[in-house]
Amino acid sequence: MNENSKKTPPRTVPIQSSTFSNPINAEIRRAAATGIYDIRGGGAKRKVPHFDDLLFLGASVSRYPLEGYREKCETNVTLGTRFAKKPIELEIPITIAGMSFGALSGPAKEALGRGATLAGTSTTTGDGGMTEEERGHSKKLVYQYLPSRYGMNPDDLRRCDAIEVVVGQGAKPGGGGMLLGQKISDRVAEMRNLPPGIDQRSACRHPDWTGPDDLEIKILELREITNWEKPIYVKVGGARPYFDTTLAVKAGADVVVVDGMQGGTAATQDVFIEHVGQPTLACIRPAVRALQDLGMHREVQLIISGGIRTGADVAKALALGADAVSIGTAAMIALGDNDPRWESEYNALGTTAGAYDDWHEGNDPAGITTQSPELMARLDPVEGGRRLRNYLKVMTLEAQTIARACGKNHVHNLEPEDLCALTIEAAAMAGVPLSGTDWIPGTGGF
Amino acid sequence: MCGIVGLFLKDKSLEPQLGALLSEMLVTMSDRGPDSAGIAIYGSGKDKWSKITLQSRAPDADFTNLEKEISGHLGCNASLRQIDTHAVLNVPLDKVTEVREALATLRPDVKIMSAGEVIEIYKEVGLPRDVAARFDIAGMAGTHGIGHTRMATESAVTTMGAHPFSTGADQCLVHNGSLSNHNSLRRKLRYNGVHIETDNDSEVAAAYLTYKMGQGASLGEALETGLDELDGFFTFVVGTRDGFGVLRDPTACKPAVMAETDRYVAFGSEYRALVNLPDIDNARVWEPEPATVYFWKH
Amino acid sequence: MQIFDLEAEGLRTLNQTLQGQKDSTNQTSWEIVNPRGSHAIAVGLDAPIDVTVKGSTGYYCGGMNKQATITVKGSVGPGVAENMMSGKIVIEGDASQYAGATGRGGLLVIKGNASSRCGISMKGINIVVHGNIGHMSAFMAQSGNLVVLGDAGDALGDSLYEARLFVRGKVKSLGADCIEKEMRPEHIALLQDLLDQAGADAKPEEFTRYGSARELYHFNIDNAAAY
Repeated sequence: MNENSKKTPPRTVPIQSSTFSNPINAEIRRAAATGIYDIRGGGAKRKVPHFDDLLFLGASVSRYPLEGYREKCETNVTLGTRFAKKPIELEIPITIAGMSFGALSGPAKEALGRGATLAGTSTTTGDGGMTEEERGHSKKLVYQYLPSRYGMNPDDLRRCDAIEVVVGQGAKPGGGGMLLGQKISDRVAEMRNLPPGIDQRSACRHPDWTGPDDLEIKILELREITNWEKPIYVKVGGARPYFDTTLAVKAGADVVVVDGMQGGTAATQDVFIEHVGQPTLACIRPAVRALQDLGMHREVQLIISGGIRTGADVAKALALGADAVSIGTAAMIALGDNDPRWESEYNALGTTAGAYDDWHEGNDPAGITTQSPELMARLDPVEGGRRLRNYLKVMTLEAQTIARACGKNHVHNLEPEDLCALTIEAAAMAGVPLSGTDWIPGTGGF
Repeated sequence: MCGIVGLFLKDKSLEPQLGALLSEMLVTMSDRGPDSAGIAIYGSGKDKWSKITLQSRAPDADFTNLEKEISGHLGCNASLRQIDTHAVLNVPLDKVTEVREALATLRPDVKIMSAGEVIEIYKEVGLPRDVAARFDIAGMAGTHGIGHTRMATESAVTTMGAHPFSTGADQCLVHNGSLSNHNSLRRKLRYNGVHIETDNDSEVAAAYLTYKMGQGASLGEALETGLDELDGFFTFVVGTRDGFGVLRDPTACKPAVMAETDRYVAFGSEYRALVNLPDIDNARVWEPEPATVYFWKH
Repeated sequence: MQIFDLEAEGLRTLNQTLQGQKDSTNQTSWEIVNPRGSHAIAVGLDAPIDVTVKGSTGYYCGGMNKQATITVKGSVGPGVAENMMSGKIVIEGDASQYAGATGRGGLLVIKGNASSRCGISMKGINIVVHGNIGHMSAFMAQSGNLVVLGDAGDALGDSLYEARLFVRGKVKSLGADCIEKEMRPEHIALLQDLLDQAGADAKPEEFTRYGSARELYHFNIDNAAAY
């Protein structure tokens, strides 16, 4: 043996590329192998400025807090006061966002209905129509009016509590619904007028109107069919929130829903989720400004969704000017989605708890995003309803705690001036000062 | 998003009523466009004279002495008629360029809405009913006219953001829809020396046509190339000296209704706009085909 | 016969009155005068009544109709009979775009021409057009039958599911996944029945049937150009 070879010279440390990272390289290999884009569920996973970058200032010598319990902090909100004969009264400013029967199992929809009703709030149908279970279990039900019009009919329109005209959603502003053959069970197929087992293709525009001038006429028609009783929401993805909100108001909406890129979907192309649409935090102030510029803030209510997780998120969204928030992914997690108890099954699917997003394949171990009777049975809707209600209650209590600490007797009285930001980006997006400074980037030409 | 109306009279006896008919059509389209309104009236003209329609935010200050100043400047008799925030300046046809330059110096804040032998353009922010009333459109006579009610999509609600947009002498454009590549087009046109005032996508379409015609294309040819180069959704109605033209994009999602009798040809974004026209119940009513240029002229 | 003057009494009163008619009503015959291009006329009806509109309408005439028979003695704007559930709607003049959009049942008859996107996303409605239809008709049509005695525009039946298309005249072009199919006895019988219901002067043998090639039912990269 050679003397020199005994002493191995120092090697360079292997350096992974930030651009050609392991996940990216794996995706390139997958694309090369399959010839199809990656489809998955959920919202944007990458890190973007979010509510965590904001902090509340709290009480001090100049501001006084409220005592817990005895000194009330109200949380109720009324949606649809502009034109509807029967606005919706909610006990908490957190609603359950639209998720379809088809994307979710029947028991999952039932659980959502039960939990929302216990908490005094609403659920929303999705891109598949209204089920008897959901109408039965949800005391307040928002009925989505989507480009697909699957299952749309005047009877359900009349027995819902509000109508949500979906122009887009945060995961895919400009995209339509998608459900792959594995989840088009007989029941789903019947509701959607499709042959069972085929891939549902999506329309991204509404079939019978284009543009806010036509939307105004469509909203008129919906009101005429429902005797002007129901609040009409218009939901948009986080694309151009200022203009979208302005136009929704001009088209006659009672409520505007803005869904940022962290908002989930049952299934769409990963490239759509990660690269189209803005972070939720970036959408709120423009939407609120649009309402203020029209003199309609609080007259037309604003619901914000996309990555709402905790009472802090709720309080921050309200402080920035929203009237309420909506949760989708978080509700599913409360029911048991991506729970580590199923880790061995996630592993068998090639993933791990917290990362599982192939909901379109219908193999959800938690029994939520599946149509398989065997898997569905794992979710007890009564227990699920209780869990959702607990979670909603915790979020509400957290928001109240924060609001009281800021001296508010109603969570709606939270304002942007109660906040500061930890980063320049969050400060600019939220329109609040960088912590420790008076500086709001982007205002005053700087 | 918006409402468009247009009226081309075949029967001369209707000419005194042009303004009245057109403003009623316009007001019906208020729901589609509550932000601002504008109208182009093709009325009377004098041989070898041009009418320049001006707009000012301080009309009394700007227009009071303008007639004398321009006349003095040109060495001939210009005349000016003021209506609310607008004024129509009559100058010899061969002096138009000179007058534009003079105005830029004498009244830098005054905007030129239109120039041509017979065209006058009036547009302002506000409900169509109010805009029509302040200019007494109903009292105007003419051979043809187009009008527009605006619901601003991505640019501000301002006077200059309202339609019609002048695209050349006796020419103008109104638009219903949303162009998706207007920013790139605006940059290219500005680079080529075209003056574009606002961020409005419709103004870009007008500037595009003006530019193409400046390069030698006819209006019809410019509209044809526009089908390829303008991306997005549009219904255009263009006013010309002798009539008007209509073009819908290939997808043709934005509405367009036409009505024709032996007394007129009319255009509206909705049939509702046409219901008060004479003998509408017996008119031929149809929808223009997508990607097809239509013209009506005297 | 109840006569309703839309101009005098307003849309809200009209729809409220007509929607208020139940199955047992004895006010089964209605005439609406002075429609003057208004939108949302006779929407959301749910009773076996006859409604005649004397004049032309705006958007969404007869939207979400159930059971009623609506006749328009004039033309209609975009979206006539949209999402119709059952009943019959007859247009004596022309229909604008999106006629019968997302309709789930019933029969829509257009005696004149229909415009673009006729039968878009249809889900069980039957549509019979005596004249021509425009481009992108039967786009993503899921079920139901579209019968056209005249010609069809570009991209007929693009992205078609299981709806059946019968065209007697020329088809300018077929959309993605839409192909000509053979006419079998059951189609002749079906078509004859629809033509009879629509009072259409044509014979089933004169028509060509079009349907889905079903190649987009499961994603295949080789079909990517069709998406």
